[in-house]
Amino acid sequence: MKTVSEEILLQIENLQFTYDERPVLQGINMRIPKGRVVAVMGGSGCGKTTLLRLIGGQLRPSSGKLRVGEYDVPNLDVDALYAMRRRMGMLFQFGALFTDMSVFDNVAFPMREHTDLPPEIIRDLVLMKLNAVGLRGAAYLMPSELSGGMARRVALARTIALDPMLIMYDEPFAGLDPISLGVVGQLIRHLNDALGATSIIVTHDVYECLKIVDYVYFVSQGVIVAEGTADEIRASDAPFVKQFVNAEVDGPVPFHYPAMDYRQELLNDHV
Amino acid sequence: MFETILAFFRAIGHQVTAAICRLGRAVRFFLSVFWLSGTAFRRFHLTIREIYFSGVLSLIIILVSGLFVGMVLGLQGYETLQRYGSSEALGVLVSLSLVRELGPVVAGLLFASRAGSAITAEIGLMKATEQLSAMEMMAVNPIARVVAPRFWGGVISMPLLAALFSAMGVFGGWLVGVVMIGVDDGSFWSQMQAAVDFRLDIINGVIKSFVFGVLVSMIAVFEGYDSEPTAEGVSSATTRTVVTSALAILFADFILTALMFRGQ
Repeated sequence: MKTVSEEILLQIENLQFTYDERPVLQGINMRIPKGRVVAVMGGSGCGKTTLLRLIGGQLRPSSGKLRVGEYDVPNLDVDALYAMRRRMGMLFQFGALFTDMSVFDNVAFPMREHTDLPPEIIRDLVLMKLNAVGLRGAAYLMPSELSGGMARRVALARTIALDPMLIMYDEPFAGLDPISLGVVGQLIRHLNDALGATSIIVTHDVYECLKIVDYVYFVSQGVIVAEGTADEIRASDAPFVKQFVNAEVDGPVPFHYPAMDYRQELLNDHV
Repeated sequence: MFETILAFFRAIGHQVTAAICRLGRAVRFFLSVFWLSGTAFRRFHLTIREIYFSGVLSLIIILVSGLFVGMVLGLQGYETLQRYGSSEALGVLVSLSLVRELGPVVAGLLFASRAGSAITAEIGLMKATEQLSAMEMMAVNPIARVVAPRFWGGVISMPLLAALFSAMGVFGGWLVGVVMIGVDDGSFWSQMQAAVDFRLDIINGVIKSFVFGVLVSMIAVFEGYDSEPTAEGVSSATTRTVVTSALAILFADFILTALMFRGQ
């Protein structure tokens, strides 16, 4: 793992987000230094993906501060927002490759949209990005011809096409076989270090994630309930962290959805 | 009882509010499409690609339908005209019916079901599979990059398809009337030439087909962009595109016909 600076790239203070009068995030605080790979974990529906969308400016927070580098995200106008996004990359859960374009064109897409580079330079850059994820040989396949793991790697190559300062990963390990899982995990770490970028991974996959991240935040019911390095998380006694890391069925995150008393409901006459 | 009445009015209020919100979203969306149409013309290859998908790939259904509609018009027209001893006017009947009404309307309906539904399904699926979100996160506006070229591709294709439909229909009418039944060839073409007015009939037909192209393309791109990002949502949006487009075409046709041909 490379030594990283303590210059803060992402700073979040008391971030709150409400959707349809339902509080999704209730006072999130984070400080992520440049060069780090940070995981945000938590149960389904706890607001992890919402957090990524807030960082990317796709949603606006109800209140709180959110800075990415020099950008004050909630207060950016459209032009500034797009300028910031040109320096960001986001890997979506199932890759979100453009299905009407080949692998090559998918990776070339951000370069063609945002640069005036000649075709031959774009070709070389695309092949370099694809080589970095081990898929140079698949450059002229269509997304429908790729396996789930390959599609995720192509999407990763597209994400890093413009050498972003911040890379966000939304469930990058979902639905992958063990080999692809390891490959994608290692790629995330190596590419982050090679590019000098900063990465935020939203995931459920504790085992794979703890192998590659520098720091972990646990989110539950819209607040951060635990945080620490991978070793601190493994050794943590916090009930939520223990339940999550050990995949326990019941605990602070209850097995049962809130409902009326079981006995009372069974004895109830109403159909 | 009071609760039931209250729930009834609440449900109506909810429907009305939802409809107004959707209308507002549609208006904002259309303004955005026009505002961001620069890309569709600056990078015209994007629009040409959509003309291929909307227009060229609709050619078969348009040409075959045009031929059959023209043949039916020839048969039915001859049947009626011969009762009055004016079967030579068959060319006029076939051409005016096609150029003024059937060409733009039937081509519009076919275009809505073939290309409009495909546009909605494509944009809806792009939304459901997060391709539009991915584009946004790459600092590329999906309305400029995806929606506007599809909209203008449809608008450009529609008048051309309607013209081809009418041409094919006239050919079908000639095939039945002249070749099969034996109406005089010279009368068929010369009466048509004398009766069809370029400005009144042809240009008005082109205006109609252009308006239908705008309507169908707008409905198709909006329904796709506004669809629920689920399989069911995309399916409902596709159905809505065909139904709404058909109603919009027929309603607009009545209005345009009333404006164009009143008092003639």
